[in-house]
Amino acid sequence: MNPRVKRWLEELGPLFGLILVWSLFAALRPGEFATWENQRLMLLQTAVVGIAAVGATFIIVSGGIDLSVGSTIALGTVVIALLLEAGAPVTVAALGGVFVGVAVGFTLGSLVVGRVGSALGLFGAVAVSWVTWEQFGPLGALACGVAVAVAIALLGGRVFPRLPLAPFIVTLGAWGALRGMAKGLGDNQPVYPDELGWLGDVMFVGKSGLTSVLPPGVLLFLATALVAGVVLARTRFGRHVFAIGSNEETARLCGVRVERTKLLVYIVGVGCAGLAAILQFGYLSIGDPTTAEGYELRVIAAVVIGGASLTGGEGSIRGTLVGALIMTVVDNGCTKLGLDNWVQEVATGGIIVTAVALDRLRHRAS
Amino acid sequence: MRGVRKRFGATTALDGVDLDVGPGEVLGLVGENGAGKSTLMKILAGALTPDDGTLELDGESYSPSSPVDGRQAGVAMVYQELSLAPHLSVEENLVLGAEPMRGPFVDRRERRRIAKEALTAVGRSSLDPAERVSRLPLGDRQLVEIARAMALGARVLVFDEPTSSLARDDAERLFTLVKKLADPAGEGLAIIYISHFLEEVQELCDRYCVLRDGKTVGEGDPEISTAEEIASAMVGREVEDLYPCSQRVRGEAVLALEALHGKPPLEPATFELHRGEVFGLAGLAGAGRSEIVRAIHALDPVRSGRVTIAGRERNNTPHARWFDGVGMVSEDRKDEGLALSLSIADNVVLPRLDRVSKMPGSHAIERSAGPATLELGVVMRSSRQRVGELSGGNQQKVALARLLFCDVDVLLLDEPTRGIDVGSKAEIYSWIDRLAAGIPEEGRAPKAILIVSSYLPELLGLCDRIAVVCRGRMGTPRPTAEWNEESLMLEATGATQEVSE
Repeated sequence: MNPRVKRWLEELGPLFGLILVWSLFAALRPGEFATWENQRLMLLQTAVVGIAAVGATFIIVSGGIDLSVGSTIALGTVVIALLLEAGAPVTVAALGGVFVGVAVGFTLGSLVVGRVGSALGLFGAVAVSWVTWEQFGPLGALACGVAVAVAIALLGGRVFPRLPLAPFIVTLGAWGALRGMAKGLGDNQPVYPDELGWLGDVMFVGKSGLTSVLPPGVLLFLATALVAGVVLARTRFGRHVFAIGSNEETARLCGVRVERTKLLVYIVGVGCAGLAAILQFGYLSIGDPTTAEGYELRVIAAVVIGGASLTGGEGSIRGTLVGALIMTVVDNGCTKLGLDNWVQEVATGGIIVTAVALDRLRHRAS
Repeated sequence: MRGVRKRFGATTALDGVDLDVGPGEVLGLVGENGAGKSTLMKILAGALTPDDGTLELDGESYSPSSPVDGRQAGVAMVYQELSLAPHLSVEENLVLGAEPMRGPFVDRRERRRIAKEALTAVGRSSLDPAERVSRLPLGDRQLVEIARAMALGARVLVFDEPTSSLARDDAERLFTLVKKLADPAGEGLAIIYISHFLEEVQELCDRYCVLRDGKTVGEGDPEISTAEEIASAMVGREVEDLYPCSQRVRGEAVLALEALHGKPPLEPATFELHRGEVFGLAGLAGAGRSEIVRAIHALDPVRSGRVTIAGRERNNTPHARWFDGVGMVSEDRKDEGLALSLSIADNVVLPRLDRVSKMPGSHAIERSAGPATLELGVVMRSSRQRVGELSGGNQQKVALARLLFCDVDVLLLDEPTRGIDVGSKAEIYSWIDRLAAGIPEEGRAPKAILIVSSYLPELLGLCDRIAVVCRGRMGTPRPTAEWNEESLMLEATGATQEVSE
């Protein structure tokens, strides 16, 4: 076979799977499944998990894992709701959600590469700001936080040992801890802000312009995927992520700044979970500490169905998108067929294992 | 083994090989990578079934269907990559899969007895059977592996490149053991010994057999044949000059170390490396040779001292080294040297993606890596192929192509020819020589090359100056003409030091 054709076939493997399941449901329920409204609905249903999975692709390709995605999203929605409740402008509240993602990513990344001091520094800064907020106001609290961060950063190098930890363990801890923080912040209750501003519209079709075709949330999801795809495939940072995932020692030998790159991977990766929190908040219009439970596994499943290897060094944003869409199509299609929830769950489970098995087979053939 | 054939798809791996070995005999099996040695031995062990031909063991037809089958019949392998479970103890490894039982439980006393007996048979009765294998040095692990073969009652023992990662004294110990195991007065085993080191074959084997392109092409008595004759049979052409030495012009110093102190056991090292020079570091494994190279490349933290490149002190990080024109090839190709699951092209350009383009996509990367892989003569389908699919020699050429692509001035080569076939070795030697002499390209400045090697003929054949590292201390560099194998070995074992003190 022409090697070019073969390469296309190899890369498009998961896409064929998507077309297959889609055609199956379209044939069974053409009137309900294969409508434009339903396609839009499916994109909407994919957006939250999809945007988080785009970020997780970086982490998984680098050889890491993030089990705390769901908890990060929940914490994000609660923080956004609290900020709105406190009267912050809507855009600031949304940025608060992104900040949660980036901050969690920085903490997880620091722990993974063994910079305990950095993680504690950020944590201390946020905690101090929180405590001093009422007494000194926002600016005073910010100043206190920065002071603590600087102090720990200066001390950090000397006091704390360099102690890299396995990403599985770090994010397993975060899975519990972040969920707990969300509950603590929300006082074990969902947070209902009075005014939602534009955050209330992100998951709905607008009246005119581009958003009348697709909701802003879906557009954000697709734009993020596009940018991430270019970054992963065509920049030095992206190639370094692959190199670290394939063989960290080789990357180090070749002058890749491994620690710095990994830290950035977690900031970008979990930062996307922060974006997912905005969409999830728009969807729920409340800050819910118990939302997005189990999303971490759906995210990992999407990345893996898309052809990534959990040992690192393989994967693509395109594949992840297809993986996320396959799961939505199955869920949505089963609903349209009037099948019970449990059928969807069994089908999704089967698809995950089948996808990976086919991927192995393809590798062996080539 | 008679008329053994094996095909994989369109490739004929074995084309009618005859091989026999008797009790008490050590047969040396040599051949380039891809000649069919591994396939032949896998058939013998039962991991593969031949398409054609017959196998006999003790005059009876022998057709193992699996490695377990082969092992029960008395054929055992000692692999290049050790196949022990590192978390288990020595005795647990020795009886793994054949544990002596008492009722539903493992009979610990019997296990200990079997272990003691097997360890005594390999001359290492002082080893504690309860010790975890991961704590043993490499040489001892190999002995445990041989002991396991003994414990299972092996009659035919196959050694596949057993010394490629051993230090000299461990290798010597292994030779003694192999001779003892084959001794008809003792165990009287039939032994097949695969090696790339022709000196070993000459020292150890009673008979040698050369495989090339799946056929037996030569056989003889290693005491009569010269190394050149054996090598010629292996590559199928005359090997006249394995170590070429073009006219080299020693230029300015490009790399200078001043009391460079890295990871223990390294002691502060001082020397200068010049353009147009091949500098050798000899010494026993673990003496600190690799640590010098790693400290120069800043892979190990630089504790004190200075590295000056082209007259200026630079940042001590591997990242800065590549940009300042220093490149390194690791001794551990699989775990550190190459990212095996990435493509050839990705591996070649990794340190200097900026040389590819601002937005290095895969097409641009493949295009950029082309010339370097071409000059090294990497045999591949395309540069998109995964490095892990290549043979050892070709993998090493990819690692070297990386230095070429990055156009470094200083090449740090740690065991550049370990575990690769003679043909690839010869090509790499000639490449090193051409780089040091500033050929083949017009206008390419001569490079400065530092080679670490355990293989003394290689150092003596290739280098302009050699220094010996012993217990972390680097001795005085001397021109190669002032060294020979004995004097290098004496200094490496610390003998000369004691005499002079």
